[in-house]
Amino acid sequence: MNVTVLKKIRVAVSLLFFLFTLSLFLDYRNILPPSIYSSVLFLQFIPSFVKFTSIIGISAVGFVAVLLLTLFSGRVYCSSICPLGTFQDVISFISRKLKKKKKKREFLRYDKEKKWWRYSFLVLAVIPFLGGTIFFINLLDPYSSFGKISSHLFRPLLIVANNSVAYLFEKMNMYVVYPFEFKGVEIYSFLFAFAIFMLVVYLSFTKGRLYCNTVCPVGTLLGLVSKYSFVKITVDEKSCKSCGICARVCKSNCIDTKMKTVDFDRCVACFNCIDVCPTDGMKFEYGFLSSSKKNQQNLDETEINEKDEKVSDSKRNFLFNTLVYAIGLSGISLGQIKITPKKESKVAVFRKNPVTPPGSQSRNNFTEHCTSCHLCLSVCPTQVLQPAYIEYGLLGMLQPRMDYQTGFCNFECKLCGDVCPTNAISPISLEEKKLKQLGKAKFVKDNCIVNTENTDCGACSEHCPTKAVNMVPYKNKLVIPEVKEEFCIGCGACEFACPTKPYKAIYVEGNPKHLTAKLNKEKKIEQKVDYKEEFPF
Amino acid sequence: MDRRKFIKAGLFTSSAIALGNYSNLYPFLSSSLSSDYDLVAIKGGEPEAMFDKAIASLGGMKKFVKKNQKVVIKPNIGWDVKPELAANTNPKLVAQIIKHCFDAGAKDVYVFDHTCDNWNRCYANSGIERAVKDAGGKIVSGDSESYYQQVDVKKGKRLNSSKVHELILDSDVFINVPILKHHSSGRLTIGMKNLMGVVWDRGYWHRNDLHQCIADFATFKKPDLNIVDAYWVMKKNGPRGVSQDDVITLKSQIISTDIVAADAAAAKMFGMEIADIPYINYADEMKVGVKDLSKLNINRIIL
Repeated sequence: MNVTVLKKIRVAVSLLFFLFTLSLFLDYRNILPPSIYSSVLFLQFIPSFVKFTSIIGISAVGFVAVLLLTLFSGRVYCSSICPLGTFQDVISFISRKLKKKKKKREFLRYDKEKKWWRYSFLVLAVIPFLGGTIFFINLLDPYSSFGKISSHLFRPLLIVANNSVAYLFEKMNMYVVYPFEFKGVEIYSFLFAFAIFMLVVYLSFTKGRLYCNTVCPVGTLLGLVSKYSFVKITVDEKSCKSCGICARVCKSNCIDTKMKTVDFDRCVACFNCIDVCPTDGMKFEYGFLSSSKKNQQNLDETEINEKDEKVSDSKRNFLFNTLVYAIGLSGISLGQIKITPKKESKVAVFRKNPVTPPGSQSRNNFTEHCTSCHLCLSVCPTQVLQPAYIEYGLLGMLQPRMDYQTGFCNFECKLCGDVCPTNAISPISLEEKKLKQLGKAKFVKDNCIVNTENTDCGACSEHCPTKAVNMVPYKNKLVIPEVKEEFCIGCGACEFACPTKPYKAIYVEGNPKHLTAKLNKEKKIEQKVDYKEEFPF
Repeated sequence: MDRRKFIKAGLFTSSAIALGNYSNLYPFLSSSLSSDYDLVAIKGGEPEAMFDKAIASLGGMKKFVKKNQKVVIKPNIGWDVKPELAANTNPKLVAQIIKHCFDAGAKDVYVFDHTCDNWNRCYANSGIERAVKDAGGKIVSGDSESYYQQVDVKKGKRLNSSKVHELILDSDVFINVPILKHHSSGRLTIGMKNLMGVVWDRGYWHRNDLHQCIADFATFKKPDLNIVDAYWVMKKNGPRGVSQDDVITLKSQIISTDIVAADAAAAKMFGMEIADIPYINYADEMKVGVKDLSKLNINRIIL
């Protein structure tokens, strides 16, 4: 078999995974069927693993498949399946094109392993997770980071482009392309996505896959596994002339041509080296434990002298990242549309419990299993799902919550559960969803227009899909809302529609554990219609 | 002046006076007296058949839509529910109106609503998007603020300005196609209440005396034709409805150029007193139209 075909296959597969995954996040028009989401994301390592901790079943064994794949032929996940990995390849590709004339030769070369960094990040992800907090995994999971970058950087750009085109068409009196009424990005999730984006772009522009071999805990974990891979990339000592061409295309900087070793632990199985080697000196063959041992010795010898500026770059970026995150903490939040009220509502309203999406079962279940990939945010047709600030506490930052200032949960929709790759939001039937009580509506009479202005309003009751909020007679022939909590599903339509400012006269208090609402089954309206009867006027 | 000229002038003047009087009351009748109905009420048939009959008795769609005109139709597409739940205008009726518009020579027929639920889902599940496309009309988003232009409502008491969808402002003919149904705060939603779906900020109306704002907006823009769909009628739990149990099959329709009269007649048909629906009374006081049905020339058709 001609081994150079391996690279072509790798490129094709990785682009396929990348484009599919990206399109899931960019599909703001909900064109893609929900059923393809789970197929595309089945192999995403951390979501699949997290899902496994919640339901043990065939739909959650993607990570086992990845482990087996790694055990067979190394970090194929990193080379082809991880969207953040392929994204870095795209950046590296651009970088290589730009640098072509000047110093292509200097772009990539052998580097020592950043062992301390790698294992610190791995420990940071694993230990708190065992202790019950998923927060650091949310920060470090490459798929989820890619999700946030797509949701908060790429998606808004696409929407801006769409809306510009729609505007041009509108000027020509054509309405074929419609503008997307985008409700904005939470500033701190934007900053987080931007920080990760900059870090990844910087590292991949200058150093190939350094992110994967420094920050990424999945990369480190799969690296450990790949030490025992059945098939490995190795240097054939006889054929190799130590020309160093392979090292210059090695994204992981893991080929030491002088020592004729490959640090397969860091190799992301991109097969670039095999592709370029003029003497067939690179082999992809059975090599259980073979070269990694040798390489290990090599590393141990040089490690003491290691003082690499790249480490401090990465450190600087990490600090910057943390700083940006801290700025987010200090209270910049999504700018709401400012409307001057006729009379301001007086009673301050604060939710004790945030509302979690339907299918998430409980606040605890949700916050323990959500990796904040923000896929649900991207598909939510009403944009009611927004990243949390500190509603779930500090460690729940960026996990989605139901934001009833921005929108409300569409009664007939259950998309978030259909697409969630971690089962933090489990898929439920529409019938079940329509009775799933996420919270209960609370009426604040002192803020209500009917009470303060003595005029009719009833926006809350209009929007209520179960008529848990009903209008009942009030003074002066007016009608005022009344909440029957047993019918309320906590969709937030009432809260969203309530026109009082700045505080709402009706809001949803989240259920820490989701309950089931009673079906509002009334008697059928009994009215015989005589079609021959005269009109009443 | 000879005798012939005198007679001609006399005839001209007297007919001008006669027609002039009529045209004040019924502007669309200025060219013909063949059908001088203010309002047509019809029942007992399918939406399409009732519309065919009713519009014919008003002189046909040609009276309202001229060649090459741009028509905008505003049904109620507010909710993400199927047609039988009667929260949205009957798609068959919308399709039939579009056909009549094109038969009358309309260049373009646009249909939109500023929905309450997610608009894509409302358009799809109401069956109206499909119906409009099949009939050759163009379905347009009402979900983007960029489509809405600021206008003054000069005669408004509480509502003095509003952002209105540009199709309402730019079109030659505006056809209002509400569905008659129960409404928790408006009591009933019919023609005037349906116009809440052509503005951007509905919250303002709710904050500032809903009923007065509904009447105020009707002073700004009176539709050229109001066609009230009362085929399926939601009798309770409106405007969204909870289930099929809220709906009766009334098989009726009301057409009028007078939005207040149409609302008044529809309210009666629903079984409510006009006095109990504040906005109809406000609009009558503000001379938007006539709520007193005994003053109107009504064509009642039972199929």
